[in-house]
Amino acid sequence: MPKRILVKGNEAICRGAIEAGCRYYFGYPITPQNDIPEFMSRELPKVNGEFIQAESEIASVNMVMGAAATGVRAMTSSSSPGISLKMEAISYMAGMELPCLIVNISRSGPGLGGIDASQGDYFQAVKGGGHGGYHIVVIAPASIQEMYDLTMHAFDLAEIYRTPVMILGDAVVGQMKEPLIPHPKPNTDLPVKDWALRGKGDGEQRIIKSLFLGDGELEAHNWKLHAKYQQLKEKETRWEEFETADATLIVTGFGSAARIAKTAVMMAREEGLKVGLLRPVTLFPFPEKAFYAATEHCKKILDIELNTGQMVEDVRLSVRRDAEVFFYGRPSGTGSLPTPEELLGQIKKYL
Amino acid sequence: MQQVFKRPEALKDVQTHFCPGCHHGTIHRLVAEALDEFGLQKRTIGIASIGCSVFLYHYFDIDVIETPHGRAPAVATGVKRAKPDSFVFTYQGDGDLAAIGTAEIIHAANRGEDITVIFVNNTTYGMTGGQMAPTTLLGQKTSTSPYGRKSEKEGFPVRVTELLSGLEGVAFAARTAVNTPKNLMDAKKQIKKAFQYQVEGKGFSFVEVLSSCPTNWGMNAVEANERVGREMCEYFKLGVFKDTAGI
Repeated sequence: MPKRILVKGNEAICRGAIEAGCRYYFGYPITPQNDIPEFMSRELPKVNGEFIQAESEIASVNMVMGAAATGVRAMTSSSSPGISLKMEAISYMAGMELPCLIVNISRSGPGLGGIDASQGDYFQAVKGGGHGGYHIVVIAPASIQEMYDLTMHAFDLAEIYRTPVMILGDAVVGQMKEPLIPHPKPNTDLPVKDWALRGKGDGEQRIIKSLFLGDGELEAHNWKLHAKYQQLKEKETRWEEFETADATLIVTGFGSAARIAKTAVMMAREEGLKVGLLRPVTLFPFPEKAFYAATEHCKKILDIELNTGQMVEDVRLSVRRDAEVFFYGRPSGTGSLPTPEELLGQIKKYL
Repeated sequence: MQQVFKRPEALKDVQTHFCPGCHHGTIHRLVAEALDEFGLQKRTIGIASIGCSVFLYHYFDIDVIETPHGRAPAVATGVKRAKPDSFVFTYQGDGDLAAIGTAEIIHAANRGEDITVIFVNNTTYGMTGGQMAPTTLLGQKTSTSPYGRKSEKEGFPVRVTELLSGLEGVAFAARTAVNTPKNLMDAKKQIKKAFQYQVEGKGFSFVEVLSSCPTNWGMNAVEANERVGREMCEYFKLGVFKDTAGI
């Protein structure tokens, strides 16, 4: 029996990151992700890593930029308002093609909002929250084990595709405890980082930049980035399907909303209702093909989100034309998390 | 025949985009000479900022990362922490360092990061067309202070070197100019000292260099050079403000 430990989601991310070889963490306090800088400040020195509590979210993500430019695995974490501040550097790093991990244990908004779980940052995360038209890989874990496993996966994806990767969690998956089975990082074939800055030595000068002023240079750069995003869509989408084979209604949602939805689906099944769950694990690239395939036999999709409707736009773009997409969401705040019974009621409404 | 003057190895053999009479080219050369003299070119990572300084990589034959506006000291921190055996310097203008990047420079300095900052102060935003900078002198007309900078509305020019010298984390801080041969020789000396601090792992080193910007000052090269001595050196006093190791 592998050893199980009981940890919070935030801690699982830290353990996954360290196991994946990340030794550089730069952050700034904000609720509900403070377990991450606290854990890293305690554990990184033990493995010869570097931890800095920066003067701001802005500075911390720029420290990640500097460390990542030398080819090491580096990360930062924050929560919604802090992620907004990091967006400048995320746009730069997308342009510079720098691999790194950004964790958003999101909270409710807009503005200062609240500290409860929310999925109001979906658009910001998957549509390129900063300026200039780019994407980063966005992964939405729904369990503590996934917080660990997908953090390790995130670092690999970041290096393979030379891109920032975001883990999009929220106060629920960040703060709750579940058993975690730690394990070594799976071996992955990773490209050589010949682009990393280390001093030119006897070789050619290396430049990491996002400014392209020559005729046609920037257009070519953007087409290169676009091709990368297409490749990600082709190869790296992940999703979970549960009881979808004979379903006449498929519930969808990501992260913590999908957990509640799954309970509602199990309750529906106990009542003999043919309901399934399709949960996107990668939000960018979005599992478009999974929705297209699922709506070949199932013509009703019910999307559940902790907001007033964001991912639903991508669901509508992905399903077959004759499928109906319904939405139920609650913009969260204190006392606004939907219950499984509430979602079961919605399932019955549309079934 | 003995060669007595040559282009530093750390500088590329290219023309710069700098305006006639601008001091950036001179300051680039001093930095490159210092890199050569310490034999640092091969292990240097330069941190370019936003402004006329952004093209560092076009002129220096070293590894370079370009950074968001004002964030160079934070990026330099990340580079140096991840690669402590590299030599890391930022090259920043007054808008970049003393306005949008105030937090980053103060805290990198206060942490005593083992990096060197070259701060080029020309009292204006050069690249964007001569707007008012934090270092713009009182009465100075710029494209966004067309009636001259007034302390009542726009505050006072910031003396960055003095400000940073008050921080415990700062090991070396000096203000220099390159408007006369004497000042230029001293600027070279202070840049070398600052580099030596980092080479010996003695902490954060900072050199401010007063610079001309003839185009945006509406002056010719000679007038602009004279203004550095006449007006800037009056308000921004030259000298070594901190030298903790007494190198």
